[in-house]
Amino acid sequence: MKPASFDYLRPATVADALAALAAGGDDARVIAGGQSLMPMLNMRLVQPRLLIDLSRLEELRTLKADSGWLSVGAAVTQAELLSRPTLRDEVPLLAAALPWVGHFQTRNRGTVCGSVAHADPSAEMPLCLVATGGAVVLRNAKRRRTVAAADFFVGPLTTVKAADEIVESVRFPLAAAGSGHAFREVSMRHGDFAITACAATVDGTQASLAVGGVADRPTLRSWPLVGGALLSDLDAALNAFAWDLGGDDDQHATARYRRDLVRRIGRTVLEEALSCRR
Amino acid sequence: MPPLKSAATPVASVLAADARHTVTVVLNGTPRTGQAHPRLLLSDFLRHELGAHGTRVGCEHGVCGACTVRIDGVAQRACLTLAVQADGRRIDTVEGLSQSNQGPTEGRMTALQEAFRRHHALQCGFCTAGILMSLSDYLGRNPKPTEEELRDMLSGHLCRCTGYAGIVRAVMDVTGQAAACDTRSGEAAHV
Ligand SMILES: Cc1cc2nc3c(=O)[nH]c(=O)nc-3n(C[C@@H](O)[C@H](O)[C@H](O)COP(=O)(O)OP(=O)(O)OC[C@H]3O[C@@H](n4cnc5c(N)ncnc54)[C@H](O)[C@@H]3O)c2cc1C
Ligand code: FES
Ligand code: FES
Repeated sequence: MKPASFDYLRPATVADALAALAAGGDDARVIAGGQSLMPMLNMRLVQPRLLIDLSRLEELRTLKADSGWLSVGAAVTQAELLSRPTLRDEVPLLAAALPWVGHFQTRNRGTVCGSVAHADPSAEMPLCLVATGGAVVLRNAKRRRTVAAADFFVGPLTTVKAADEIVESVRFPLAAAGSGHAFREVSMRHGDFAITACAATVDGTQASLAVGGVADRPTLRSWPLVGGALLSDLDAALNAFAWDLGGDDDQHATARYRRDLVRRIGRTVLEEALSCRR
Repeated sequence: MPPLKSAATPVASVLAADARHTVTVVLNGTPRTGQAHPRLLLSDFLRHELGAHGTRVGCEHGVCGACTVRIDGVAQRACLTLAVQADGRRIDTVEGLSQSNQGPTEGRMTALQEAFRRHHALQCGFCTAGILMSLSDYLGRNPKPTEEELRDMLSGHLCRCTGYAGIVRAVMDVTGQAAACDTRSGEAAHV
């Protein structure tokens, strides 16, 4: 299990990286933490001609809370974000979900933006981005554009990002006063990809549930709060959501089990989010 | 020990796929240089190019943890790192754990390794180097982990023969959180 041959570039600037990416076309790939790409290279599932290393670009090592957003640059690792002392107040959902992304050792390298770019349907970072109503900042050699999380993910490992673009940063809205958040997932072992992951957010007027691992992308649904409480027929609403998500049978679980997890964990996280409003 | 070059030192031009490139690392405190094609994994560079065989290779896709080393102090998978990415960096492997002082304890195992021995935390030892390197980073950040936290960290390693009970006991012991030893007295007295 060794990668096929490729040229390697460690660019000095983001502009150099983007120029090389534009010139390389479909034969070029960026590598960030390598925690998803290196296994794919080792198994020769992908065989790029040119690898462009973003991981040591200081320009992308940006992490700041500013005008309502927590902005996470492309060189920031999952471990760096998790160890941010103010994360629990800024984006509590991330503080709850990040420990579920792989293991201590893979979080030390894997990036938040890399996980979003990779777009695994059961990955926690894309789920949190959709659940919180975050955004993705894309950049190519000529321009920058911002795409809402809800529009970014298209299907398994597929996003609206063009081949010549990188994810420069991802932005999570800072939690509003009076909002509540909860996260749970079921996986075969801790650190494995989720069979189903649920992230709930509750604010003054509505309760929202985002689900990963069932449909082909993280998916969000919201319901109004009635007199400050969850819908009285929440079970029916969750059942309808579960069937809309569908899901497939695979080696880890059946679609039916996944839908059942949506009904059960969905209710649990919504109740938890409602009860922990700050 | 500072890295040889700034961690941000850029590679000015593309490193060609079919050529071998000079890679210099500080391996366990000593600068070492070898040659690597861009596709060479750090795990293979350490073993085959530098002859440091303590780091083991299992799955080569990040799951088993056998290849875990410290890069600039941080525990990471050597099989998910290219040798060229490690250029200019500090690499610590299991060979560097034993005491390197010039006194009578030169070459002796560290307290963590001794605790592994006392508590039978290894049999074949294939997983051990990686687990020790993870712990040497992790315990620096979390010096007294709960058993739950420790088991969570160990989820990044697969041990196929000993299981994890002895490993957990060894770490609890060395972090001063458990009875010294529940193994046969003859073994323990030997220490
Ligand atoms: C044992 C193991 C367990 C894991 N478990 C989980 C888990 O439970 N949940 C989970 O979500 N993930 C898990 N992962 C994957 C996670 O660790 C990766 O970090 C993440 O999926 C990708 O981030 P990366 O920085 O490593 O990206 P890379 O591996 O470097 O790249 C992944 C893909 O994204 C592209 N890419 C990366 N960064 C950018 C960018 N800035 N702009 C454009 N494209 C980019 C690359 O070209 C590549 O196609 C696991 C990995 C391992 C090895
Ligand atoms: S050989 Fe690197 S994790 Fe298994
Ligand atoms: S001691 Fe043999 S695999 Fe762990």
